[in-house]
Amino acid sequence: MVDNNIADNNTVNTNKFIVSHAPFWHDGSKISLRNYNMALAALPAILFGIYYYGMQAVGVLSLSISTAIIWEFIFCRITKRSNTIGDGNAAIIGMLLGMLLPATAPWWFVITGTFVAIIIGKQIFGGIGANPFNPVAVAIAILMLSWGNVFDFNEALINFDFDFAMVYPLAALKHFGVSAVDSFSMGNLLMGKQSGGIGSTFGLGLIAGGIYLIIRGIIRWEISISFLAGIIITSLIFNITDPARYAGPVIHLFAGYTLIGAFFLATEDSSSPVNFIPMLIYGAGAGFLTVLIRNIGFYVDGVIFAILIMNLINPLIDKIRPKAIGKVVENA
Amino acid sequence: MIKRSFIGLSKPRLAYGSLEDTPSLKQIPTSKEVTLLADCPFDKKNLLFKKKAAVKTGQRLLLYKESDEYVVSSVTGEVSSISSYTGDFGRSYTAIAIEVAGDEEIDDEFNSAASGSKDASLETVKNYLAFAPGNPPVKLFSDKDKPINTIVVCCVDSDLLITTNQYIVKSDIDAIKNGISILKTVTGVNDIIMVASQSQMHELSATGEKVNQVNDTYPSALPHLIMKNVLGKMVPAGKTPEDIGVCFISAEAVASIGNAFKSGQIPVTKIFTLVKKDGSKSLVSARIGTPASDIFKAFNITLNENDRIIFGGPMTGSSVYSEDHPVQPDTDAIIVQDKDDIPVISDYPCTNCGDCIRVCPANIQINLLVRFLEAGQYEAAADQYDLYSCIECGLCSYVCVSEMPIFQYIRAAKYELGRANTAEATNG
Repeated sequence: MVDNNIADNNTVNTNKFIVSHAPFWHDGSKISLRNYNMALAALPAILFGIYYYGMQAVGVLSLSISTAIIWEFIFCRITKRSNTIGDGNAAIIGMLLGMLLPATAPWWFVITGTFVAIIIGKQIFGGIGANPFNPVAVAIAILMLSWGNVFDFNEALINFDFDFAMVYPLAALKHFGVSAVDSFSMGNLLMGKQSGGIGSTFGLGLIAGGIYLIIRGIIRWEISISFLAGIIITSLIFNITDPARYAGPVIHLFAGYTLIGAFFLATEDSSSPVNFIPMLIYGAGAGFLTVLIRNIGFYVDGVIFAILIMNLINPLIDKIRPKAIGKVVENA
Repeated sequence: MIKRSFIGLSKPRLAYGSLEDTPSLKQIPTSKEVTLLADCPFDKKNLLFKKKAAVKTGQRLLLYKESDEYVVSSVTGEVSSISSYTGDFGRSYTAIAIEVAGDEEIDDEFNSAASGSKDASLETVKNYLAFAPGNPPVKLFSDKDKPINTIVVCCVDSDLLITTNQYIVKSDIDAIKNGISILKTVTGVNDIIMVASQSQMHELSATGEKVNQVNDTYPSALPHLIMKNVLGKMVPAGKTPEDIGVCFISAEAVASIGNAFKSGQIPVTKIFTLVKKDGSKSLVSARIGTPASDIFKAFNITLNENDRIIFGGPMTGSSVYSEDHPVQPDTDAIIVQDKDDIPVISDYPCTNCGDCIRVCPANIQINLLVRFLEAGQYEAAADQYDLYSCIECGLCSYVCVSEMPIFQYIRAAKYELGRANTAEATNG
């Protein structure tokens, strides 16, 4: 823009002003703030995992977070893009991945996991905001398919000695039927008295974190609530048809990756829908598939695969959207 | 600046400020030089007057041969320069600077035109009042292709922080009444609807006109939303309210018309809100064309490198690059932002968080739209992702977590598409 008139007359004043465009206000939200809040919300569950599993859990989590950041850094360097580790997204991916792993996960396993999550799950699609799948879910799925035995929580955590039955409820359910999980009360499950991933067993902490994120508007409540509703309704239907074979909603709700999935995985921004009805379909669909995989599928836990499948159809269901104002539908 | 609340679950609530008592108005003395911006490109050959031409206060200055564009001088003095000025999106203006002389003389051309006929005529309004404070949309009244059947008088201010119209309603309700009756006579439109906030309803019911209430949160006072929520009419995407026969006029413009005919003089002072760096507000009255620097001087505002001067509201205004940018008939606010208060704009991509979707009053799929706009695919954006449904409130940029300039992307896309269409039309 050239201003012949006004500038010429006033050559005395040389202040340069910022000339940018409307709006001149911003509400102050930031990607990094969102991610730090997410880390804060995950803290109760993480501290609980550290309390139970000790330094081994600290090791897995630290390795996971640090290598995730390092992979991101390396990739940004190689592709000559600006360094994005400061936004906290890589750290969150590493953190969530660590929370899903057993405390005994070997070092190479963690590093492979973060490589898959950051490079294959996120960066090759173009980085933050461009990933069609939840990077953490992609990594866990690939790790599960490649080295399934590491995720055998009963086997992995055999050397830990606690004051409660160190059993992975979903595995017990799968292999020994409903009677094997009778001993799990809702209170015990909520308090994390079960075996599982480092940060995925403390139900109460995950729920508290999830509620915090919902109140802060960082995750979309529609997805979390419909995911949980999908799990409850589907498991209830199974339970009613054959109570001897299929467990009730309590086990499905508070065991395995359900809660961390509902609040931290399914709600990942870039791979989930943003419109109201699609969010409900997405969440409920993921909940439904989770129970389906757990009850009649091959895998012990279905959360990861259910989320990946719903990620896949996210672009399609997100087409269900309200009509923009003033839109004239042609050829209608 | 209103920040996101701790509880982010709810939408941001940006309430329009309401004027409780009639605030005092700070009068800015007439400057040494004023600059008037005429909304037409500079064309030296066809100019009707030259440098050094003497002008009187309230004198209409027709600019070019075979054109009815004019400005109204707000001072008495002589023309010191005529030049070109380019505004946002390449809009060309003719800038006329007038050096102010000692004694003020009032031009009486309008007075004789107004009192020549018994009733005010559309011609007089059209020929003399387009440059009056509030910018009365006089051209719309006589557009034969788009007949007007409803006039909406906005007693609320469309952007945040602005209180010009509210002030006029409080201080000069008689002028508004007078202006409305003149409008009815000259346009022949009897369907006049006033829109007001809840606190204004009482004052305005005294005018005897139809008064409708609008919500007190931004952006409900923007024309498209008034159309939708108050009038119940849907403006088709890409069209303006005028296209479907509704003309919007601000209370200030109505009052200008009323005052002009009452006093026989074209009003030349503009009332606007000055927002200082600390966020405090003052109502100011200054001659049209007063450079902003004179206003800053009157309020002891010092500007530093990398500060920002905004003409208009915080959501829809435009920033200027010179301290001497003149107050125009439609300048409702001048906001000064310290360089530390200017929010950053990042080059981050959309993360699909959905905040813009929830806040958009036009239900646009912004997360998808912005991907097309970033890639420069404006046609696809317009065809598939409702680019033209945007009512330009700026809320998407305001809430964007990635701090993307979404609103600017949208305006740039509309501008580029408009340019492409014009080029196509002229080149066949």
